Amino acid sequence: MIPPLPKPPRKNPILRTRLPLLPPSARSRAALGLTAAASRGRFELQVCNDCGAVQYPPRESCHRCLSGKLCWRAQEGSGELLATTTVRHSHDTFFQERVPWRLALVRLDVGPTVVAHLHAGCPPAPARVRLGARLDKAGQGVLVAFPMDEVPNMADDRQLREMTCDPKFRKVLVTDGKSAVGQAVVRGLAAAGADLIWVGHAEPWKETARFAELATLPQVALLPLELTDSQSVREIAAEIGGKVDILINTAEVHRTHGISSRSGVETARAEMDVNYFGLLRLAQEFAPAMRARAADGQSSAVAWVNLLSIYALSNFPPHGTFSASKAAALSLSQCLRAEMRSSAIRVINVFPGPIDDEWNQTLPAPKLSAEALAKAILSALQDGVEDVYPGDVAQEWLARWQESPKVLEKELSI
Amino acid sequence: MTANGSSRDYRDVVLAAPVTVPYVRYSIRSAHWFVAQALARLLTASGLRKAAVDGLSLGSFMLAPDTAIGVTQHLGVTVRWLDHLPLGGACGIVALRRALRAVQCGDAEVVACIGADTNSVDAFRQSLGSFSVFARDAVFPYGSGGPNASFAFLTDYYMRRYGATREDFGKICVAQRDNALGYPHAIFKKKLTLPDYLNARLIADPIRLFDCVMPCAGAEAFLVMTRQRAESLNLPFVTVRSTCERHNAFPDDPIQTRGGWVLDREHLYGAAGIDPADVDFVQTYDDYPVMSVIQLEDLGFCAKGEGPEFVRRHTFTTDGSFPINTSGGQLSVGQAGCAAGFLGLVESIRQLTECNLARPVANARFGIAVGYGMITYDRGLCSGAAVLSRAAT
Amino acid sequence: MAASSLISLAAELVSGRVRVVDLTQTLSPQFPAIALPPEFGQCWPFRMEEVSRYDERGPAWYWNNFSCGEHTGTHFDAPIHWISGRDLPNNATDTIPPQHLVGPACVIDCSAEATSNPDFLLTADHVRRWESAHGRIPPRSWVLMRTDWSKRSDPAAFQNYDAAGQHTPGPATDAVRFLVDERDVVGFGTESIGTDAGQGYHLKPPYPCHYYMHGSGRYGLQCLANLDLLPPTGAVIFCAPLKIKNGSGSPIRALALVPA
Repeated sequence: MIPPLPKPPRKNPILRTRLPLLPPSARSRAALGLTAAASRGRFELQVCNDCGAVQYPPRESCHRCLSGKLCWRAQEGSGELLATTTVRHSHDTFFQERVPWRLALVRLDVGPTVVAHLHAGCPPAPARVRLGARLDKAGQGVLVAFPMDEVPNMADDRQLREMTCDPKFRKVLVTDGKSAVGQAVVRGLAAAGADLIWVGHAEPWKETARFAELATLPQVALLPLELTDSQSVREIAAEIGGKVDILINTAEVHRTHGISSRSGVETARAEMDVNYFGLLRLAQEFAPAMRARAADGQSSAVAWVNLLSIYALSNFPPHGTFSASKAAALSLSQCLRAEMRSSAIRVINVFPGPIDDEWNQTLPAPKLSAEALAKAILSALQDGVEDVYPGDVAQEWLARWQESPKVLEKELSI
Repeated sequence: MTANGSSRDYRDVVLAAPVTVPYVRYSIRSAHWFVAQALARLLTASGLRKAAVDGLSLGSFMLAPDTAIGVTQHLGVTVRWLDHLPLGGACGIVALRRALRAVQCGDAEVVACIGADTNSVDAFRQSLGSFSVFARDAVFPYGSGGPNASFAFLTDYYMRRYGATREDFGKICVAQRDNALGYPHAIFKKKLTLPDYLNARLIADPIRLFDCVMPCAGAEAFLVMTRQRAESLNLPFVTVRSTCERHNAFPDDPIQTRGGWVLDREHLYGAAGIDPADVDFVQTYDDYPVMSVIQLEDLGFCAKGEGPEFVRRHTFTTDGSFPINTSGGQLSVGQAGCAAGFLGLVESIRQLTECNLARPVANARFGIAVGYGMITYDRGLCSGAAVLSRAAT
Repeated sequence: MAASSLISLAAELVSGRVRVVDLTQTLSPQFPAIALPPEFGQCWPFRMEEVSRYDERGPAWYWNNFSCGEHTGTHFDAPIHWISGRDLPNNATDTIPPQHLVGPACVIDCSAEATSNPDFLLTADHVRRWESAHGRIPPRSWVLMRTDWSKRSDPAAFQNYDAAGQHTPGPATDAVRFLVDERDVVGFGTESIGTDAGQGYHLKPPYPCHYYMHGSGRYGLQCLANLDLLPPTGAVIFCAPLKIKNGSGSPIRALALVPA
């Protein structure tokens, strides 16, 4: 039903590159609840705490009982496809470039009627469909009507691909291929159909396990890249920056110190130099070219992934300086996200719990395997989410943090 | 929701001086300019001095940052009764209802009811994103850019549910264009054929180009005054037999296959003292032909779902059976923002006063003007109607 | 007497009969940095950030900030660098007598041995054999171990890591003791990244050159280049570190005067 995405022709380098446009991005504050949930890959609707009414579009109070106590709750999303249309003329410049565009009117089983983007795998109306939320090119939450069951080439739907960052046929830079995580990400990208994977590696004189094996993958090109060296980042950006569709920053320095367990700032500085300044250097050198290519055809520049840590949310004192560097990186990535937003490049932050590596050697299980983390990163790209919290520890920390950041801080300080 | 209770009739209050400020596709003038021109035409048509107008009701979207009060200073009018109604396709009916009561109760003697808007080249696009919170949050981001997609859904649904065909909707559009060929202010002056309609450019399936109205600039207006005043001015006038107004009717309907008229039609005909069979013409609110069919059903001219069959039985032209939108409706005249909410009323007054008509409906005694509008999300929230009558002799 | 020597030296420099040889590697971010186990503190590699380049950050001028550890590139080790030299007088870069920073150099060519064996250790016997060919090492000389390691332009080859760690040549313990105790050298210099061999951790004591040289108030030079352009004897080297207060070392611009 959905034809597989064809491999795009090679870019004609003498043609003008189309500039990115955004779909309408203004939202009321209430409506941003949909965006907030979608940014974590969830479909939530506003629910009245008092009477339980589910409502859409979002409001400031309950349309049934007028209660002001509203919350956002996850929805299963099933509903009846009432009608469909194919928009062939739009007043909006973003959609003008993308018509025909299919839309659905769906009556959700929980009540509201919603306007949604229509996945090409849906049967004609009337039919049962499943609503989901995605982030659109403006980074705002939108609804998508999906078929009830998986159909072949689901991710290749032309409209859905405007909302996701699927690495299929895209060119990806993984900034550090020497870590187990970096290597697992590279292998995952190759399996997901990435067209070309540049793999950065610092300190070329240091060998790490299995790194050399990466070069045997046909998609892989190894690239010396030193995030602590502005010149290195600049040179590599000059070389490949105009082609990178997805940048996945896996480089990190992780040492296991708080303040008192390590005198001096040298170790903390090394963490900051890669985890924070490395991101800043990458952003300054790679972001401009990526922004300019955000509408460059089927395989445009589309996403930027930062490997952060769940410790970015609240300091884990035994790894205190590392936590601080990741918090700094989180803050900077929010700036990057804001600056990339106008170009429709999605900034994805990944907040893993402890990774099963040498620096978490003494921590108890569960620890996140490099493969599981890579899978979460790949899924984030394919689903187009903004914030990912892979693993049980991260999920638990997130829940605790969302409930009360202060309580979590107190728990961690004991 | 309850149906209308009995309400006081509109005896001794009348409508007169139907005027139109000619429509243009785009204008560099502000809405204020169109309001002023409308008022000037009302004065010319009525022979009144400006100072004699002591009530003003304004329907307009494009006055921002002004509202009606700022306009009083713009126009140099001093009034003792003022209303501002940015209610789109319903603003004419709502303005009429309020002005009638104001005059009837003596709060004003002469109320100028004006629907006016302008249209600059990019104004329509800009207005879409700021039309309503729901449109901004839940419609505009989907690229439909306005009501086209909403009515595409409804048309798609209605066709499947009730067996309407493209030809049925085309028949309405073609008939209205025939009516418009006699109306000097219509934007579209060229005959429309059914093949033209059927083969036009797709806009949002199944809606094609001639299912859609043309946004433009212009104004429509009339005066509300006592019968005595109209007679002393020697003005032709019409009387109002009944009206209704309903907002956010049937909010739980998954899709809008019926409007508030269903709740109000019993009152509408009861208060007017007539049956649907007595109605000589209807000015539907024809932003899309499917809405005309739904209004004909909801106003009792046929049962729900029998609209397609009803369409096949009638010509809708002024010289045939069941005339609708006798000046061409918005589909042919154009949609000048809030003026569209006045178009059917102004045309009805003309028909019932035989004023400057190229296409009169012969021997018309009763006409209905319908108001509908404000698609703030997935459906038009406002519905209204007025039964007008040729002045009793 | 001394004055006339200097005047004649100056004349020979001008005439070219005395050449100046640059013994220094170019400082760049790509030049390999010494690496310790990751749980230890690390020497910053050389890094450079542009301050301005005739642009909005400084319209008419170009300049950079750079950062690096004291032990970066071609550099000087002061006695205070090692625990064995920590309590000696004048043991830091700002207090070392400047007289020690210019002096004669004896160059021991180990290039053939280092080529065939990256873990080659220069022994006291080896030094004695060199003396039998070139004469006894004069007191207060610099001894430079030529290995041609500086010609390894590939950083990986220069570092020469494998699973067992680094493999670079250096002095054996007995050679260090011989040079310090019996020849009173000023210091010892190498072309590789340390004055000790890459596997010097396994010697007794670990890193003997650092331990004994610095423990005796002597100095180290590392990452030297162009030692192949120096005669076995007869060169004079200049190797002054930056005058860093209480510094343990410093990148240097090492120069040698050699007869043409």
